[in-house]
Amino acid sequence: MAEAHGTGDLVVILGCPSVESAEIYARTVTEGDPSWVGPLAGVALGLPVYHVLEPEVKRQFAPDVYEEQVSIMESVLETEAIIEAVRSVREAAAG
Amino acid sequence: MELKGKRVIILGERDGVPGPAIEACVRSAGAEPVLVQTQCFV
Repeated sequence: MAEAHGTGDLVVILGCPSVESAEIYARTVTEGDPSWVGPLAGVALGLPVYHVLEPEVKRQFAPDVYEEQVSIMESVLETEAIIEAVRSVREAAAG
Repeated sequence: MELKGKRVIILGERDGVPGPAIEACVRSAGAEPVLVQTQCFV
């Protein structure tokens, strides 16, 4: 995908349910697969990555759509910890 | 980061937020989903 489209205006948005999975996904699309078993092992795509629950992207969604599609999960997941995990990876990748 | 006009890879998860739910949000922000997946580990 990144090879076909270039990475210039690509963004990744995650819907992972846990801190661990969010971090693994985020690292995979930034610095490369941390488990070193998949095709992105050692491939640093450097894509900006966000979780759908992050305020920075959430505020850009139509409120009624977010309310209908996502808000229920915001109340049951470890939202703050997930957000922090993805933010940490993103900021580390951005230098 | 402004989503409007961006192309978005959506990696949803069945036990979290599914891809189509994120897709609806992304479209409402004026961005273009180029890949929508929903992972399932059951």
